[in-house]
Parts: sequence; C-alpha cells; structure tokens
Amino acid sequence: MSKGPGWAALEELRREVIPEILKAFPEGVRELPTPFEIPQLQAEPGQIRPLAQWLKARGFNMLLDLSAVDYYPHRQGDGRFEVVYHFFAWPQLWKLRVRVPVGGERPEVDSLSDLWPNANPAEREVWDQFGIRFRGHPNLTRILNPDDFEGHPLRKDFPLRGHRDLITDIPLAERNPYQPIKE
Amino acid sequence: MIRMGLKDELQQEVAGQAQDRMTLSVGPHHPATHGVLRLVLELEGETIVKATPEHGFLHTGIEKTAEHLTWQQAITVLDRMDYLSPLSNNLGYSLAVEKLLGIEVPPKAVWTRVLLAELQRISSHLVYFGTGGMDVGAMTPIFLAFDIREMILDIFEEVAGSRLHQSYFRIGGLQQDLPANFNEIMRNFIKKFPERLEELKNLILENPIFIDRTKGIGKLSPEEAIAHGLTGPNLRASGVPYDVRKAFPYCDYDKFDFEVPIGKNGDCYDRMVVRMREIEESFKIVQQAFEGMPEGPFRCEDRKISLPPKAEVKQSMEALIHHFKLVSYGFDVPPGEVYQAVESARGEFAVYVVSMGTNKPWRVRVRPPSFYAVHALPAMLKNCQIADMVVVIAAADPVFGEVDR
Repeated sequence: MSKGPGWAALEELRREVIPEILKAFPEGVRELPTPFEIPQLQAEPGQIRPLAQWLKARGFNMLLDLSAVDYYPHRQGDGRFEVVYHFFAWPQLWKLRVRVPVGGERPEVDSLSDLWPNANPAEREVWDQFGIRFRGHPNLTRILNPDDFEGHPLRKDFPLRGHRDLITDIPLAERNPYQPIKE
Repeated sequence: MIRMGLKDELQQEVAGQAQDRMTLSVGPHHPATHGVLRLVLELEGETIVKATPEHGFLHTGIEKTAEHLTWQQAITVLDRMDYLSPLSNNLGYSLAVEKLLGIEVPPKAVWTRVLLAELQRISSHLVYFGTGGMDVGAMTPIFLAFDIREMILDIFEEVAGSRLHQSYFRIGGLQQDLPANFNEIMRNFIKKFPERLEELKNLILENPIFIDRTKGIGKLSPEEAIAHGLTGPNLRASGVPYDVRKAFPYCDYDKFDFEVPIGKNGDCYDRMVVRMREIEESFKIVQQAFEGMPEGPFRCEDRKISLPPKAEVKQSMEALIHHFKLVSYGFDVPPGEVYQAVESARGEFAVYVVSMGTNKPWRVRVRPPSFYAVHALPAMLKNCQIADMVVVIAAADPVFGEVDR
C-alpha cells in the first residue's frame, strides 16, 4: 500500500465520523463491513435526504459520483436496485460510500439536486439507464438515450441485443404506438 | 420514427422567455464542441444568460457491453470511452479488479504503467492545446502539438502494437513485455521533448492574442468547482490542489517526485496554464520512471489470472490447460465492490466495480470526469460573450466518448 494523506484520512473518517453518523441516525442507517479502504453505509430510501443534508453540513462538499446497480435476479422486489452515492470532503479527504436499496413496482428515491448541482445530471442518467425515479428532481428526462427510447438498458432484464425487431412487417405509420405522429 | 422535433422544443422554450432574449441552438455538429455536444443558449444581445448542454449522441452502451464480457475482455471496450487517454481507463479498471482479486502486480509492471500513463497524459494535453489553439483561431499549435504527440504515439506503437486503443494494461500486469529497443526510443524521446515543448509553450502561453482571449473568461470559484463535482486540472485551475496521485496514491506514485500545479483565478487561461505545467510535471515522472525501471516479470505469476508464456504452453500440460481455460472462460473474481480512482488527463477517473463471484463483471460503473465538466459548463458560460463560448468549451476539455459512454 502506498503512503498518502488520503488513506490516513479514511481511517480517521472510519474512527471518528462514522460513529457520529450512526449516532445521529440510529434507525435506517448502518455500516456495511468492507475489506477495502472506503467505508460504506447502507441507508433506507427515506433516510438518504436527511443523511445527505447531515453529511453536507459535516463537510462533505462534493458529490463525487451517483450511480446505481441492478441485482436482479439475485435480489427481487423491494431491494432489487441499489443507488450508490460517493461523497467526498475537501480538504479533509474523506470519501464515503452510501448504498440505498430501492425497488418495487416504481422504484423511487429522494433527489439531491438542490444540495449538489451535479446530482442533477447524474440522477437523470440513473433514471435513463435504470428507471429509478428521483422525487423532487426538476428535470427528470433521459440524458444519454433518445427521448423516445423504450425501456431502461442497464437493467439486467434488458437484453444486450434485440430488444426490438430490426426488421418488421408492421408499416412505419403504425410502428410506434407511444407517440402520435406529428407534422 | 418521428419524435418531437427540434423546432417544437425551441418553440416551447421561446414561448416562455422575455421579449429581448434570443434562443440559439449550437451543435450537435459544431466543429468546436470537441465531439457532439448541443448547447441551447439563451442570449441577451451577445451575452449568454443561460446555457443548457444536451449530449448522448455518442452513447454506445459501454457499461452494458462490459457486463457481457469476461473480466479481461472488458478492458477493450473501456478503452473506447476516453479515447484520448485510453491507458488511464485501462489503469483504473485493472487496479479495481486487482484489488478485488487481492493480487500484487510485479514492480516492473507498476513502473511501466506509471510511465505510460504519464505519457498518455502528455499526449492528451497536447491534443488539448492543438485543438484549443484552433478554437481561438490559431492554426499553428495543432501542427506543433500533433508533431510531439506523434513521438508519443510511436512509443505506444512500439510497446503495445497500436497507437490509440492500446489495451496494454491487463489485469495482473501488462499484455506483453517491453520491446528490446525501448531504452533507445525512450532516450530519443527524452532528449527531443523539452525543446519541442518549449516551442509550443511560447507559442501559446505567451501569445498576447491567446491571453486576451482566455484571461478572465469562464471563471469558477473553488466552492463552485467543488459543488459541481469538477476534478483534475479544471478543479486545480480554481485553486484546489486535489490530485488523486498525491491524495490517494496508487501504483507507487508516492515514490515519484512531482508537484501539483494549481491556478489562481479559475478562468480559461489558468486551465491552460495548469495543463501546460502538468505536462512538465508528467515529463519529470516519465524520466524518473524510465531511470528507475526495475527488472523482473511484467505480469503476475499466478497462472489462474495471467496467461502462461507460449513456449511453456507447447511443453507443459498444465500450462496448456491454463491457457485454454483463461482464453475460453476467463477467471472468477471474488464477490465484492470496489471504488478505484485514478488521475486521468481529465480528472478523477474512477471505476466502481461490482462482482458477484462470476467470470463477468456484474456492474462496471465509470465515474466520468468530463461528464461533470460538461454539466459545469452552464456555470462557466454564464455572462460570457457568445464568441467566448468556444474557448470555454475547449478549456474545459470534455471528451464525448467518456461523457456519453
């Protein structure tokens, strides 16, 4: 292991800040053990917004990354997806991962886009790729795929190839039932 | 398939805005957007009041494709993301998987990785200066910069066999050993490079027209830069000395002597100066890595992870089985998740890998530094003149292969 200020900072985070977080959120937030350096927490979907506000006030001024993982078919139903947040505190050099299990018919979690401006595009990407909604997001539209794309490609039940027919005998005018033809 | 067209979208936007404002759609096929970026600008006279980036035109589903390839094969698609510095992508991913596997990479591989990753950073920044020069109307820098970059690409060709998408860093070490003439070509490069760089530097950073076009344009305060998730040279130009190589050293970066250049004002000029000084620092690391290059194997000796030498395959039964197994099935990686950040030419390039214990990655999430840079453009472009828009985009250095993945 190389020597660097960041690794010591992560130890400090684990030693001092994590107990504080667990004390402030006795319900719904717990620490997940990991053999790697960055400490990780698991939070209930309802807790992520208060937790994020708490973290921001505690010095985590950068939302490093926001993404999601689909665990289907290993996990189904309520905990099918996990929204993964990476927070970073400058200049303390703390990095913290928070994993929020979501699922159900209409997976939804609170938006953080008013706390960090870069949560806005990242949440749009998660909506685009996984179909997870963000409550309170000002502009939850597709960001990578075209607006008329069907489905959410990073879901595990979305096939790599052939999610729609390339050759079909349905006439062009009837092919897309989702949007009426304009012009 | 007919969708709501550009015309309708614009009409909607125009309907809700003040009388003296104009909405202008720039791109996606605009030569100055470094790829395919569409910017919807709201103008008051020639001043930009609001900018909305729209991207996704280069989306190729790389993260999805990687989930369907074996661990070692996924390297090849990750190359195609940040196509100006593919070795940094390779490096981040390989380090993440090696961490999950819990294997040690031999010192020669580690130092070669450092050397080539720094060369890659230099070559990426050279493209930045070449095309950035074109964006402010100077034709000469691109010839000088690409001439120097050519020397670096020649080194890559000798070492890895290809110039752009090398896929040279593999899980467990390197794809092949360094070539026999490596010392010779590196000495040649180290001898020629400083002089050529000086020429480019004088042409750009001391050019009064260049300074006039870039100074005070697209300012971001340190707080804003942090809030927008900017990393790398864009963040350091705002005066925040965060560098993954210093803060969270990987690959023995703590053994190298280099500085982290920072800017003061956070404007376009500082973004360029920081990158130019970064080239010099990278060159220092390249020299140190070349001089201190250890001897030894170039990939880990674990036959369950790296291929056996071809000569051994022809002699030994076990080696043949290992070869066959690695090529057809790959290897299983213990379950877990790891977040590995490396400092690429564009900032903190990080890979969040989830393994479920199979021979394919369950999820490869890439933290794209230029994705966040593109979405910081509205903050940079606010109250800029429209003529400066091109400069701001060029100075932020987005690569759309990585933004859209």
